[in-house]
Amino acid sequence: MILRYLIILLILLPIKAFALIEVDITRGNLNPLPVAVSPLSIDKESKNSFKKILKRENVGAEISIIVENNLKQSGLFNPLNKDAFLQKPDIANLKPRFEDWNLIKAQALITGRVTFVDEKLRVEFRLWDVLAGKEMMALAFTTVPSNWRRVGHIITDKVYERLTGEKGYFDTRIIYVSEEGPKTNRIKKLAIMDQDGFNNKFLTLGNELVLTPRFSPTNQMVTYLSYFRNLPRVYLLDIETGMQEVVGDFPGMTFAPRFSPDGKKIIMSFAKDGNSDIYTMDLENRIVERITNHPSIDTSPSYSPDGKYITFNSDRSGYQQIYVMSSNGKNVKRISFGNGLYGTPVWSPRGDLIAFTKLHKGKFYIGVMRTDGSGERLLTENFYQEAPSWSPNGRVLIFYRETKTNSKGEGFSAKLWSIDLTGYNEKMVKTETDASDPSWSSLLSN
Amino acid sequence: MNLSKILKNGFLILVASLVLTACATQKKTTGQLEGDVYSGSESVEYLASGVPDRVFFATNETVLTTASRETLRTQATWLRKNSDINVVLEGHADERGTREYNLALGERRANSAKDYLMTYGISSDRISVLSYGKERPVDSGSNPLSWSKNRRSVTVKAN
Repeated sequence: MILRYLIILLILLPIKAFALIEVDITRGNLNPLPVAVSPLSIDKESKNSFKKILKRENVGAEISIIVENNLKQSGLFNPLNKDAFLQKPDIANLKPRFEDWNLIKAQALITGRVTFVDEKLRVEFRLWDVLAGKEMMALAFTTVPSNWRRVGHIITDKVYERLTGEKGYFDTRIIYVSEEGPKTNRIKKLAIMDQDGFNNKFLTLGNELVLTPRFSPTNQMVTYLSYFRNLPRVYLLDIETGMQEVVGDFPGMTFAPRFSPDGKKIIMSFAKDGNSDIYTMDLENRIVERITNHPSIDTSPSYSPDGKYITFNSDRSGYQQIYVMSSNGKNVKRISFGNGLYGTPVWSPRGDLIAFTKLHKGKFYIGVMRTDGSGERLLTENFYQEAPSWSPNGRVLIFYRETKTNSKGEGFSAKLWSIDLTGYNEKMVKTETDASDPSWSSLLSN
Repeated sequence: MNLSKILKNGFLILVASLVLTACATQKKTTGQLEGDVYSGSESVEYLASGVPDRVFFATNETVLTTASRETLRTQATWLRKNSDINVVLEGHADERGTREYNLALGERRANSAKDYLMTYGISSDRISVLSYGKERPVDSGSNPLSWSKNRRSVTVKAN
């Protein structure tokens, strides 16, 4: 895997926790921090070498654009226009003239340098506090040149972590279902892309219907539903090798799969004779366990990050509601009590919240509540949207939204959207085709 | 529950059913909906002459209506006469629900049709069930009539 080539070589200066600039992430950030991202400087020789290998004019400048774009998308930062920069990238990286950066109202400055060393890409970068006139962080690492986009994401993660105090979510990927064709006969393929929409790849050909892909916490495996030979079953796919297999030997439809937090089990629904219950299968010893046994529909299971609890969707009260139980199926407790129907509960990676879809008076909402059902907060309302998935740091939710068709049944589309936990920074995530069922990976470089 | 509460609830139900009946009569004049169950014939195909292939459901419901039971009895009669034919019951939901729940709902709808065919003498090994959830609507509209056509169980010849 690409990860193997990525070695963080040295930390030039481990700065003590002495945050000078701070970014407040507890509320929606209405005043994003002005930050200057200086293009990474690059010597002529390195520039030419990268040009040959990567077919990129100036990889240093392009990496800085990735950083800039990531920071902007987070909603917490406001990257300043490069035209206003007075200092040249190479000199700024050595010793910034803080007055110049202060003049354009930058509060933070990112500088750096890319070089071509032993067929590899070496990058060093620094984060500066402009007002205090101090270096906040300096890091260097080496990777294969083809990882150049990831370099931009890793820099963003480090900067984000230093300034917010929380881990980033930029060196990550999204697996989703790519959609094409008329609404009555959609062609669906599994697809994967970087968090910023680049490096899109299709993982299936579209010959059979595929739904609900979910990443393993170890990132190399994906579990999803495929209608291969018209038998809807949960499958396991190795993204690296393309190998896939059916999960378990069930005499009927299996669906709604997710991994356990340790990646060792798959939890899913199995439907038989009009009844759906929740089961797990251990991927090592293939032992299948029945977790719920109830004549109602039990589906959309999701583990708590410590693996001790499961949240799921059931209509045992008469309508779709959200429940929590121990991972052995005991102590089932309903937690959703608001008006309307609730579905697709997903436990936050931090453990304190459950994200969900809510249907009330003909509108669909994405929301969050505490794990005991208290503190329900609706983040966004629309004609149709569902299936939130958490960023690995638990800050952002990605979900999909479908449009209402006109009186002739035209104008259908499905797109990915993201929203901050605070309810701010709602954005469409660009995809090559229509898209649904997104699932966010963990950080690749950890 | 005390008596006044029961009476109050009873009254509410009465009012609700009056409203529903009113709606049903009103919609019935279009010949398309009974309550919110589709009663038209626009998307319906035929397994044989006089044997409609599908039954429709109310929102979030898996209960068979009187019309649905009649359709299924016709199918059962036809299946008894054509004992070499096996069928797949394809269960569907409308787009107004979460994908995973709808897969379960489609499976439940197809099974309620299957159970009814079985009570009319069709052996379970001639019937298989397949849920598509909301993945294969027949009508791409985003309105109550379109949704009613999509909430269905379709009997398809398997051989």
